[in-house]
Amino acid sequence: MLSILRTLWNVFLHAFRRRVTVEYPDRKAYLAPRWRGRIILSRDPDGGERCVACYLCAVVCPVECIALQATEDAYGRRYPEFFRINFSRCIFCGLCEDACPTYAIQLTPDYEMSEYNRQNLVYEKEDLLISGTGKYPGYNFWRVAGVEIKEKTKGQSENEAPPTDLHSLLP
Amino acid sequence: MISPYPIASIIGILIVSQTLAAGLIWVERRLLALWQDRYGPNRVGPFGLLQVLADSIKIFFKEDWIPPFADKAVFILAPAIVMITVLMSYAVLPVTPRIFISDLNVGLLFFLGMSSLGVYSVVLAGWASDNKYSLLGGLRAAAQMLSYEVFMGLSLMGVVLLAGSFNLMDIVNAQQRMWFVIPQFLSFVLFLIAGVAETRRLPFDLPEAESELIAGFHSEYSGMKFGMFFVGEYLGVILISAMITVLFFGGWQGPVLPPIVWFLLKTLLFIALFILLRAALPRPRFDQLMSWGWKVMLPLTLANLLVTGAIVMAHR
Repeated sequence: MLSILRTLWNVFLHAFRRRVTVEYPDRKAYLAPRWRGRIILSRDPDGGERCVACYLCAVVCPVECIALQATEDAYGRRYPEFFRINFSRCIFCGLCEDACPTYAIQLTPDYEMSEYNRQNLVYEKEDLLISGTGKYPGYNFWRVAGVEIKEKTKGQSENEAPPTDLHSLLP
Repeated sequence: MISPYPIASIIGILIVSQTLAAGLIWVERRLLALWQDRYGPNRVGPFGLLQVLADSIKIFFKEDWIPPFADKAVFILAPAIVMITVLMSYAVLPVTPRIFISDLNVGLLFFLGMSSLGVYSVVLAGWASDNKYSLLGGLRAAAQMLSYEVFMGLSLMGVVLLAGSFNLMDIVNAQQRMWFVIPQFLSFVLFLIAGVAETRRLPFDLPEAESELIAGFHSEYSGMKFGMFFVGEYLGVILISAMITVLFFGGWQGPVLPPIVWFLLKTLLFIALFILLRAALPRPRFDQLMSWGWKVMLPLTLANLLVTGAIVMAHR
């Protein structure tokens, strides 16, 4: 009996507490920089696409919402011919970002992407590509990787020593 | 005795009580939200007040569907009974010395009788729906309301003994010196509990019991038929609050402010208490509810009646 009265009193006191509701459209909650929201494709500092169309994101995606087709440009660099993310399937797990070897695919702190038409949730490459570098400003995969492309050979990458001349190692 | 302005009183009380009942939808949601650290409906109109309008438009446009397996006539009759019985009780409610419909000399008995008839609505709704959950809800309602009716009536007899009349007007007038809540505090508490059980409000909402019986006796109802149960419940809340005001808190009596303001203030206070009960207390098990009613409340009421009777006798 007393506990009932105490409960009533305690609940009544809640009238003077701060309300926990965040009135969303008027006031927005703080999102951490590493919030896993809308997925983007970033570019390297030179403005080229970072994506090398390795398919790792598409393979790791647990709901198979990523579809892409690899192709090569005139310099022999791989890039995606099309890159499609179906956001009506995406669960924003961030595994694609973890899998990406070139920091191309990234999740951003944005979630306001509701649509009236389900088809509009399928984002093509134009929708996904941003003009900036995302979370990794200085990183340029093609400058760091030891891959041979038309504009640079082995040993010309950043922090890369020229390949050892095997003949000089002979006794 | 009939009121000096019968038609005006009837229309006035009808409009005010119905508006208040509809407004309670908003009041309840806002107050519940307040006590649960939320905001509640605050989008439609100022403070969300127009939520009432939006809700009623919505419920009017809902499909009014009668399930093919239902007992059609009874199914339609049931929600009407709840409205009729509750609204009839307003006929004996003395709002102020001048605003009342009928100054019946057995007003209190009329009120008790009408609230007893209200049980039929719930039981028939549960029966006519031909649905096991509805039937369970109806059965629970029958058992609960019958057993709580017993000491609801008995708890008021203390007041009747002190006032010496069943006439609600006389009962209010007898409280000029002292509100009956002071000498009859126990019977006030008992009547409050019985009143909550009678209106099937939480924590005594076992006939509905969303988590166990879907929606209990009104599972199969839709559209305005469901709306009638809904409004009937809120009208019941207002009625019980008004009755507590009349029987224990001196009705319209109070200093400075006009009688109608005092009456509404006191009634609204008890409506808020009803909502606080809902916000705070969990639902008991059904056997706990029944044993509480018969083993605790009824003996307490009888003891209260006995002591009151002895004191009144000694004073004569």
